[in-house]
Amino acid sequence: MKKLSKIYTGLVFLFLYAPIFVLIAYSFNESKSRSKWTGFTFDWYVKLFNNDEIIQALLNTLLIAVISCIAATVLGTAAAIGIDKMNKKLRGAVVNVTYLPILNPEIVTGVSLMLLFTFLKIEFGYTTLILAHISFGVPYVIFNVLPKLKQMDKYIYDAALDLGCSPFKAFWKVVVPEISPGIVSGALMAFTYSLDDFVISYFTSGVESQTLPIKIFSMTRRKVSPEVNALSTIIFLVTLTVLLIIYLKDSKKEKMTKVKKRGEAI
Amino acid sequence: MKKLLALILVALTVISAFAVPAFAYTEVEVEDLEYYQRFKGQNISINVFNWGEYISDGADDTLDVNEAFEELTGIKVNYSTFASNEEMYAKLRSGGVSYDIIIPSDYMISRMINEGMLQKLDFDNIPNFKYIDEKYQKREYDPQNEYSVPYTWGMVGIVYDSTKLDAEEVTSWSILWDERFLGDILMFDNSRDAFAIALKLLGYSFNTENPEEIEEAAEKLKEQKPMVQSYVMDQIFDKMQGGEAVLAPYYAGDALIMIEENPDLAWAVPVEGTNLFIDAMCIPTSAKQKEAAEMYINFMCETEVAVATAEYIGYSTPHTQAFLELDEEITSNPIAYPSDEVIQNTEVFFSLPDNINRLMDDLWTEVRTETGGNPWIIPILLVAAVAASLAINIYRKVKKSKQVY
Amino acid sequence: MNQKIFSAPYLLWMLLFTIIPLGLVVFFAFTDSNGAFTLENISKVGDYASTLFKSVWLAAVSTVICLLISYPFAYIISRKKDHQKRIMVMLVMLPMWMNFLLRTYAWMTLLEKNGLINKFFGLFGLGPFEMINTQGAVVLGMVYNYIPFMILPLYSVMLKIDPRVVEAAQDLGATPSQVLMKVLLPLSWPGISTGITMVFVPAVSTFIISRMLGGGANLLIGDLIDLQFVGNSYNPNLGAAISLVLMVIMLLCMSIFNQFEENEEAALL
Repeated sequence: MKKLSKIYTGLVFLFLYAPIFVLIAYSFNESKSRSKWTGFTFDWYVKLFNNDEIIQALLNTLLIAVISCIAATVLGTAAAIGIDKMNKKLRGAVVNVTYLPILNPEIVTGVSLMLLFTFLKIEFGYTTLILAHISFGVPYVIFNVLPKLKQMDKYIYDAALDLGCSPFKAFWKVVVPEISPGIVSGALMAFTYSLDDFVISYFTSGVESQTLPIKIFSMTRRKVSPEVNALSTIIFLVTLTVLLIIYLKDSKKEKMTKVKKRGEAI
Repeated sequence: MKKLLALILVALTVISAFAVPAFAYTEVEVEDLEYYQRFKGQNISINVFNWGEYISDGADDTLDVNEAFEELTGIKVNYSTFASNEEMYAKLRSGGVSYDIIIPSDYMISRMINEGMLQKLDFDNIPNFKYIDEKYQKREYDPQNEYSVPYTWGMVGIVYDSTKLDAEEVTSWSILWDERFLGDILMFDNSRDAFAIALKLLGYSFNTENPEEIEEAAEKLKEQKPMVQSYVMDQIFDKMQGGEAVLAPYYAGDALIMIEENPDLAWAVPVEGTNLFIDAMCIPTSAKQKEAAEMYINFMCETEVAVATAEYIGYSTPHTQAFLELDEEITSNPIAYPSDEVIQNTEVFFSLPDNINRLMDDLWTEVRTETGGNPWIIPILLVAAVAASLAINIYRKVKKSKQVY
Repeated sequence: MNQKIFSAPYLLWMLLFTIIPLGLVVFFAFTDSNGAFTLENISKVGDYASTLFKSVWLAAVSTVICLLISYPFAYIISRKKDHQKRIMVMLVMLPMWMNFLLRTYAWMTLLEKNGLINKFFGLFGLGPFEMINTQGAVVLGMVYNYIPFMILPLYSVMLKIDPRVVEAAQDLGATPSQVLMKVLLPLSWPGISTGITMVFVPAVSTFIISRMLGGGANLLIGDLIDLQFVGNSYNPNLGAAISLVLMVIMLLCMSIFNQFEENEEAALL
């Protein structure tokens, strides 16, 4: 059984990572084309480091993703807690409206937000991009937090109050830890969507704030440059390294606590 | 842990060792230095909106055009990019963002002129316009040449795999309808280009406003559909270079790149004639820095800049002096610079009236989707859904009432 | 303290950035290019019924496949040690941080006639298989792009399922399928429903995938809407009308689905 589950996990990861490995491999291909392997090279990396436009676009993307993810998480978590307490009819209505940003084809959201921002006379740039990204990120947070709230013991918060906690403390110390896996999933999704969004960003960006996906899509008339593969490879490796470091640290800690516990038991 | 960190450090050093800045040059010899220095120190910036990968950007020791312009004039360039004419148009229409320079294609220019979205240029500010070949001036999309300065041009033709068929066979657009190549043909993923091919094959003009001719072309495209492997834009590069497909219509400048990568590929311009496209620089009505924008256009027409542009993009240049200074190997290539005879047999797109555009899009959707849908499906589905939802509710209520008693 | 108040900022946000744009969509759907009232756009959507139906169908198939793959996977990772859990969740998400276009190109490289998979099978004298430009490829693209959004909610709900409950059921003589049907499924239902929402809802309006992996011969509804905005003729009215109809249909689908969910909950209580 254990072996079976290991094989299964491996297969799912293979499915998830097969294209990523292909993408990385082609960042080292001498030819600009992915149809032929002509030789190994670091050229695309060199070019990438000299391409200010792509680097700037990457920084824009990260900045916008981080800010909008944090904002969406706070807004969405609070909203989910409120929605959970609503009566059935009201909750149904709010949940239905919350579906809309996920459901709407990106181009419709993009164009209607663009018209809205034009109407409100907000200058296009980082502000509009962040506002747009928050608004498509919030529903993901809400829909991830809601099931955790449903799962939660309804009386735990009241119990905390009865035991003399202030409402804020009860919320922070009791409710938040219970729903935190949902918050993390939601935040992760909002961040991911923000990182990779093209259409909505295109219509809500200003003259100086183009993001990486916009840069990449605009290359499609002429063929996307492997520089972007190189950049993706670097992002991938950096993230992976950070994850590994955290993992190693955590596993050390876990061992320590186990040893400690055992010691206490003795 | 320490080992890991050490490893990362080593990796980073290796990478940064490779990252020696390539020396992009940013100094350009210009004719009238004084003209370019008018705005120095005034803290002006212009917003340029161009296709992606459509300007020499300093990679591989080429000229970094925008930086050179900034250094020369002291005007800051905010450069952003778009993926298609239509995307650019959709964004400009809202009026939320104002650009000073845009570089659309011919038919989009004429549409924007018709809709009052472009302003007339002051050619006194663009003395280098004298270099633009008369062949590309006053074309149908801008008959008096008041709004645009050509940037690049090119033709549509057929890229084919010369190991699979001979040059003599590829003389007509009809080869794209040949059943021998079932599943080996790629086709344009945009309606205007696709219809143009069908219209030309039928002997009509690209710019026809006759609905019947357009419907006939749509029939032709439907006929072609089983033969088509996929409708593509830039995927064509990889598919043709990798031998996935045999025949594909595309743009000359890009065909050059494909042939360079895969020498088995060849290029043909069908006898029925083809489309000559021109991408030109324009100033939208909403521009805030018209004079600086005109300075930018003039700079793009400096011979040195035009040469760098042509070399970088690979599309043909309309700049007479740049043509002379370009490498012989490029200018003698009939793909990039075909004979006058071939050019004579071309047509330029211009904007069609709204109803024709709509018709073309409708027919294009018909070509691209499964037809024969029943218009009643949606209302029936809606009713069914509402009924199902009601049924569940009633069922639940009944169940509840039973439980109570 | 009334906790409902927490949702106030969101409600305000929703009004501004969801309801008002929705109003714009409705306005566009019922007007022509001159701004005069018309029903023409809405009635024209009927022509695209089969495309709409196919999009919903493909999205549903993809959702079911996502659920089948994700459910055991999420269960497995939710039973790992704490530090392993965290890294595995991140590893599920990480591929989605690479650019969508590049990922899709990579799939093309894998699936093409002369692609890597066919080359691999060619070594054993198998194939070539026709994979790209089929509906299967479109479904694969959808499953690939949305599966992390199914795994995450399932995982976060399964964390809370006490392994002792499963053990108890087994001790009481439940067969594995009974454990699944009577214990695991009801307990993880909130996660399943969120997962389905996260996959099905955006997959219906997905675009580009059908053009890149499916060959573009049969467009989906998302592509059609896209065409109205960035096609040859700029026709936001028809685009808005199609997406309005899509919205209504999907909201109905989801509300039926939610009623099932409430039944389930009621059964639980």
